Amino acid sequence: MLRYVAMRVLSTVPVMAVVALFVFAMLRLAPGDPAAVIAGDYATAEDVERIRENLGLNEPIVIQFWHWIGALAQGDLGTSIFTNLPVTTLIGQRLEPTLLLALSTLIFAIVVAVPLGTIAAWKANSLVDRFVMLFSVGGFSIPVFVLGYMLIYILAMELRWLPVQGYKSPFVDGIGPFLHHIILPTMTLSVIYIALIARITRAAVIEVLQEDYIRTARSKGQSEIKILLTHALKNAAVPIVTVIGIGIALLIGGVVVTESVFNIPGLGRLVLDAVLARDFPIIQGLILFFSFVYIMINLLIDLSYTLFDPRIRY
Amino acid sequence: MAVTQDQMPQKQRIPEHLTGSTTAEGPGAEFEDENALAIATRQEPSIFRLALRNRGVFWGGALLVLFAVIAALGPFFAADPVALNPINRLKPPSGADWLGTDFLGRDLFSRVVNGGRISLIIGIATALVSVTIGLLIGLIAGYIRWLDAVLMRVMDGLMAIPAILLAIALISLSGASLLTVLIAITIPEVPRVVRLVRAVVLTVREEPYVEAAITAGTRLPAILVRHVLPNTIAPLIVQATYICGSAMLTEAILGFLGAGIPPEIPSWGNIMSEGRTYFQISPWIIFYPGIALALTVLAVNVLGDGLRDTLDPRIARKMRA
Repeated sequence: MLRYVAMRVLSTVPVMAVVALFVFAMLRLAPGDPAAVIAGDYATAEDVERIRENLGLNEPIVIQFWHWIGALAQGDLGTSIFTNLPVTTLIGQRLEPTLLLALSTLIFAIVVAVPLGTIAAWKANSLVDRFVMLFSVGGFSIPVFVLGYMLIYILAMELRWLPVQGYKSPFVDGIGPFLHHIILPTMTLSVIYIALIARITRAAVIEVLQEDYIRTARSKGQSEIKILLTHALKNAAVPIVTVIGIGIALLIGGVVVTESVFNIPGLGRLVLDAVLARDFPIIQGLILFFSFVYIMINLLIDLSYTLFDPRIRY
Repeated sequence: MAVTQDQMPQKQRIPEHLTGSTTAEGPGAEFEDENALAIATRQEPSIFRLALRNRGVFWGGALLVLFAVIAALGPFFAADPVALNPINRLKPPSGADWLGTDFLGRDLFSRVVNGGRISLIIGIATALVSVTIGLLIGLIAGYIRWLDAVLMRVMDGLMAIPAILLAIALISLSGASLLTVLIAITIPEVPRVVRLVRAVVLTVREEPYVEAAITAGTRLPAILVRHVLPNTIAPLIVQATYICGSAMLTEAILGFLGAGIPPEIPSWGNIMSEGRTYFQISPWIIFYPGIALALTVLAVNVLGDGLRDTLDPRIARKMRA
């Protein structure tokens, strides 16, 4: 067991190394002079030189990489070109809204999708099942931001139930305003996630429901609810949990778009502001940060399999 | 001796009477023909026809063909998508401008039709390029053991980077153009194709017919072309449709965020990006291209699901269980 955990933790090192190498190479291998691109059209020669100095582009590439990876290993994600603040500080300032939006989406999506998928599997080929499948195909087809604007149009502009945009911190403005403002972004962001989880839950539960022990449970007269909860869902947990982890990638991409639609001052907005300002160290730092989060979450999920399925032993 | 000679032909004659082939030639002949017909129809339908019988393939495909025709014929019946008409700014849908006009008075209908062409081109191009590259890398990873570990770690790393962020970074570094957007959307799609192809290669190489081919002295290129490649076609076609849909969505998102194709090109993402400022006054500028995009991607996804069900029965059974 300990050996497996150690091996699995170590296996994230090459993956993170590849991410780091890729992010490093992206700036250096880009066609043209990256310093000139970042400086923009109206930059003077000194501006370009200053940016080149800031990015360390004047040194030999091996030295550059050595410095860069050494700083990275100490948690230094570089310095923003325009604000001159460390990228880690900027991430820290913007982390709260993104984290809370991601968490509320995760909770909402799981609470909706798992029962939906289970019911669809239980009543396979029924009207409910067809609706869930339709929702799932539709959820994969509609762009996040179009959905966001549709929800704004209906729930905020026509019905006036919810605010159009904005973010209120639960720590500063109180929990009520926070919830009021987070409902629409959460609904928007969770649709594709619900589609994904519901689909996999349905497939996994359908497979489990064909097992012999389900027939045994039924024939000894156990209630359907108990069969679904204690037998079917428990045995279908591993694929469901796995897809929740894989879906984190969707969630991260969606956060950037959703924050832009709802004007939420989180990490997604930080990326977009950085793109407009061509502040490349911020973009680099955020890619590294998000990839790290993704890899860590999937590591934890891999390690949690034993909790869901005691048959899995390492 | 004479008795046995007499009995022999009798024995031979009995089965003839039982089958009725000699006494009733007509119906027997007809039966044989029918059988031949049944066999013929069972073998005749190509994989293409078989797939068309699937509802998803039929409707998804039909809708896509319709959109493609509209997009291709757009220049012949729609107005100029970039012609300015400042007096008619932000007009709601009317007889003259079917879907209304945008903030510069440009006809939204012709812009949406034009955007469709760009979206379809990007979707199909991304699918073709990423499948080709992924197929090559996947074959190498599946067949060259020492490269496998390296290549798969690289793919794992690429998959850990959020696709939209990766695309945004690549575009912001090398400047927005149709080509950079295409490259930026393609790169994150490649690892999934590689994993798929590698999985197929790893199962196929254990098959007895491949072992037989190796024993018979067939060279590696021939084995790859004759035995491995045909097995990858069905899952790759299915994967290509999904990539096509996801590429169109990514393009729209990049355009919407202002990090996509240059803004003067009327792609769906760009139209919607421009519509953001005027959303409270004229929400249709976002809604019409958005609905067009959602319907196109829906058609692609329904087509993909249908193809998966017909071409790849093993996965289909797992999904439907």
